Amino acid sequence: MTAHAAGGEEHFAGSNKLFISVWVWLLVLTGFEVFLGYIHLPVIYMLTILMGASIIKAALIVAYFMHLRFERLNLVLTIVPALVICICLLLVFFPDSFRSKNLRYQGPAPAAPESH
Amino acid sequence: MATEAEAITGDWGGGVHPYRVGHRKLGMWLFIMSDSLTFSALLMGYAYLRASNVWPTPFKFYPSIVFSSIMTLVLLSSSLTMVMAVSASAKAQRSRARKWIIATAVLGATFIVLHMIEWKHLIGEGLSPFALPHEWAEKWPGSTPLFGATFFGITGMHMFHVFTGCIYLLIVAGRVNKLKHEDVEISGLYWHFVDLVWMFVFPMIYLLSVDATK
Repeated sequence: MTAHAAGGEEHFAGSNKLFISVWVWLLVLTGFEVFLGYIHLPVIYMLTILMGASIIKAALIVAYFMHLRFERLNLVLTIVPALVICICLLLVFFPDSFRSKNLRYQGPAPAAPESH
Repeated sequence: MATEAEAITGDWGGGVHPYRVGHRKLGMWLFIMSDSLTFSALLMGYAYLRASNVWPTPFKFYPSIVFSSIMTLVLLSSSLTMVMAVSASAKAQRSRARKWIIATAVLGATFIVLHMIEWKHLIGEGLSPFALPHEWAEKWPGSTPLFGATFFGITGMHMFHVFTGCIYLLIVAGRVNKLKHEDVEISGLYWHFVDLVWMFVFPMIYLLSVDATK
């Protein structure tokens, strides 16, 4: 190990114990999400909590399983902020989505046309 | 002057590898960036349609959600076996690494089989990319048939990634003696990314479409 590390080529960090505990946390968060599906919360709470839990899970996977936590800060700053901003920019479409929802006819069903 | 330059390049250290990763690994990270934008766009498109339409919420907790939770468990476990493969490879234990990689590919194949069973069941009920089953259309009047388009589009795209990942992993497993440790690690990056995408697909497609009616 040390012979490899000297070259700076191998920089593997993190023990199997750490990875198993990350995996357990991912399972716990998934179990929590499934439980929320079981108790039927209103959709807006459901969406908020689920997205929050999913972002935490994604962060755990990226940081530990994908080793980004053990990479140089340069790489992290190249990858993460650009991606987060681009994904947030996609939210710009939602006002249009709500607009087209409001354009939809929401009154009572139209009466059948009278026959002449 | 020198100290100023050092302050700027301190983290880099003036070497030729500003990221301290090989070009292949950097390439995989860039691919993952572009691919995550692809999936983000698909999921945002789904959310857009869902917010602007009457949307059916057809998945019963049992069996649909329980079944997809098992699929999630399989995929999460495959990530753990991949971590073990990379960990073994870092210690130059190549045959152990190969076994863990094959275990990962088998779990990935299990995921695909489970997913195909689910698709077959839904198609049998009458769901297609542009049509809802009759019972759903009656239960959620005025609901959009685009449910099928988003469902098959997003889960199909994800399944394609799992399928590609399985082939990739089998090739890596076969060539593990010739490859460098970093190449094994790169295949791990791809596999964890596929798992990561499912961490968004599962709540958005399945858990937000739980049938609350009895």
